[in-house]
Amino acid sequence: MDAVSAHLDGPQGPKPRKRFSRNNIIIYGILGMVALYYLLPLYVMVVTSLKGMPEIRMGNIFAPPVEITFEPWVKAWSEACTGLNCDGLSRGFWNSVQITIPSVIVSIAIASVNGYALANWRFKGADVFFAILIFGAFIPYQVMLYPLVIMLRELGLYGSLWGLVIVHSIFGMPILTLLFRNYFTSLPEELFKAARVDGAGFWQIYFQIMLPMSLPIFVVAMILQVTGIWNDFLFGVIYTKPDLYPMTVQLNNIVNSVQGVKEYNVNMAATLLTGLVPLVIYFVSGKLFVRGIAAGAVKG
Amino acid sequence: MNAQMNSVEIKNLDLHFGAVKVLQDLNLTIGQGEFLVLLGSSGCGKSTLLNCIAGLLDVTAGQIHIGGKNVTWAEPSDRGIGMVFQSYALYPQMTVEGNLSFGLKNAKVPKDEIAKRVARAAEVLQIEPLLKRKPAALSGGQRQRVAIGRALVRDVDVFLFDEPLSNLDAKLRADLRVEIKQLHQTLGNTMIYVTHDQIEAMTLADRIAIMKGGRVMQLDSPSEIYNRPRNLYVAEFIGSPTMNMVDGALAATQFSSPLGEISVEGYAFDGGAPDATPAVLGIRPEHIASGAAAAQMPIRLDSTVELVEPLGSDTLARVNANGAPFWVRLDGQATLRPGDALPIGFDPARIHLFDKASEERL
Ligand SMILES: Nc1ncnc2c1ncn2[C@@H]1O[C@H](COP(=O)(O)OP(=O)(O)OP(=O)(O)O)[C@@H](O)[C@H]1O
Ligand SMILES: [Mg+2]
Repeated sequence: MDAVSAHLDGPQGPKPRKRFSRNNIIIYGILGMVALYYLLPLYVMVVTSLKGMPEIRMGNIFAPPVEITFEPWVKAWSEACTGLNCDGLSRGFWNSVQITIPSVIVSIAIASVNGYALANWRFKGADVFFAILIFGAFIPYQVMLYPLVIMLRELGLYGSLWGLVIVHSIFGMPILTLLFRNYFTSLPEELFKAARVDGAGFWQIYFQIMLPMSLPIFVVAMILQVTGIWNDFLFGVIYTKPDLYPMTVQLNNIVNSVQGVKEYNVNMAATLLTGLVPLVIYFVSGKLFVRGIAAGAVKG
Repeated sequence: MNAQMNSVEIKNLDLHFGAVKVLQDLNLTIGQGEFLVLLGSSGCGKSTLLNCIAGLLDVTAGQIHIGGKNVTWAEPSDRGIGMVFQSYALYPQMTVEGNLSFGLKNAKVPKDEIAKRVARAAEVLQIEPLLKRKPAALSGGQRQRVAIGRALVRDVDVFLFDEPLSNLDAKLRADLRVEIKQLHQTLGNTMIYVTHDQIEAMTLADRIAIMKGGRVMQLDSPSEIYNRPRNLYVAEFIGSPTMNMVDGALAATQFSSPLGEISVEGYAFDGGAPDATPAVLGIRPEHIASGAAAAQMPIRLDSTVELVEPLGSDTLARVNANGAPFWVRLDGQATLRPGDALPIGFDPARIHLFDKASEERL
């Protein structure tokens, strides 16, 4: 040790952190309690859905199943009665798939082009157009329900899957356009200018320059739309007919059916089945999302 | 005027963003193969002017001609220009090769021709080993070379540069500055180059256009701008440290100010010596002699050193002469301390006189 540092002592290196400080205990305690509060209903549902009816009647809802049975799940999927027919949730599941996929694709395709045009091309009246669109996001749904019924009827689409797809696409438009516009605005403007100097047109810039840089925002939009449309109940009831009811409506019909005994285990299984798709979307795209952000963060 | 001789002509150009008048009645003529630098402080409209020339902004009024053709309404890609941006603006998902060939593919140039041009540009800019890489895997200097390459492959007459070097560190900037100058000598294209770095402007330019508030304050060769600034703004803008200014009044060849009565006999007036007018006298720090050399000068003053900034190659000193502060550039070996007395002097041939009211050169 040389002369200068001989008299320097005291703390050195990284500052030690106490693991069980008072703050930590409070923070983790609260977090744990909140997590428990949210997980408990889920636990009850899973447990109940795996019990037989006799076990449920014993009334101990927190107890794990003595005898695990998948009977309620099978019944919920393929046998439960929903109003007229008794083929379970499976019909609703496929209806929901047929509604969700085209709605998500159509709404994202249109909204992303809208957002791109608004962000980069600044055409005449762009600001007015944008203001109207944003205003649309704040109009309560109820106001538009009946006019849309009439419009769809005039188009001959009332009660069809495509009618519902159109409704979902329209209602997704304001928020999605806003999302895409803001994202495209945040991309460096010089990139767009460089592409114009390079002779690329509207669609070329969209497909070759903008799209490859926008994976994260497309994933966000997809999560938003898939969960929103899958969970929709109102539009499903109003704009389709019983054969075409989405899964959420069928779930309601199963759970709220008045005849016979309440089969709690079937109801729980049906509810879990209905919630499965958004859940899977969150898990799968969560990873994609993080990777997307990382890929987009590399500056050109 | 001969259209063949002029590469870019801008006539009465106006550009407004709503109520903001960014460019006002701007006229500019740039010769074939000329290197023109647009120099000005931040927000004076340099990028806006460049974007107008490139066709990326619609002009409010006026005309733009490139290569003898009126391109005021033409698409950017049809104007015969290539542009290099400050942030490089490379397409991040394409390789260097993809970046270079994107414009050519859009123009439907045949494949073998594209390959030839990309190879040539890569050779000129020494980026051949990088062709297969993505921009994220390049250094700042390499990215800027690729950005220049993207303009190069398009075989255009006019290159537009918007502060291409300002994102780079000092050393790299100096290197690339030399490369751009060599590139200009090799290619002989017209180049319009925006910067707010004086050194870049002085070293690169055939002519410099000094802009302020959307107008061109002076358009001249670097030496003319340095030696005979047309107005007070240009005089203060060019030179580092800035020109020393003294307010006073001029009557014939007699300048009276807090410094005392000074005879400016020997100053080359633009018109003739005015009768009597409030005026500003300017003298650059490097044109002030000090110590023994000051005795040889027609104008001599006594001063006290206030502040010393040694830079190595030379030393800057702020001195006080009769209450007026002066920056003086001295030899790097000078050993001065605050409080020292320092005689200074200068030659009227080296001073600049401006009308106080109009700020124009006298
Ligand atoms: N879209 C716009 N709307 C309104 N004003 C704008 C817009 N773009 C630029 N301006 C204004 O125009 C003026 C000139 O901008 P410009 O970008 O040309 O400056 P510049 O000389 O390139 O500056 P810098 O050296 O900082 O790049 C600025 O005052 C700026 O605020
Ligand atoms: Mg600029």
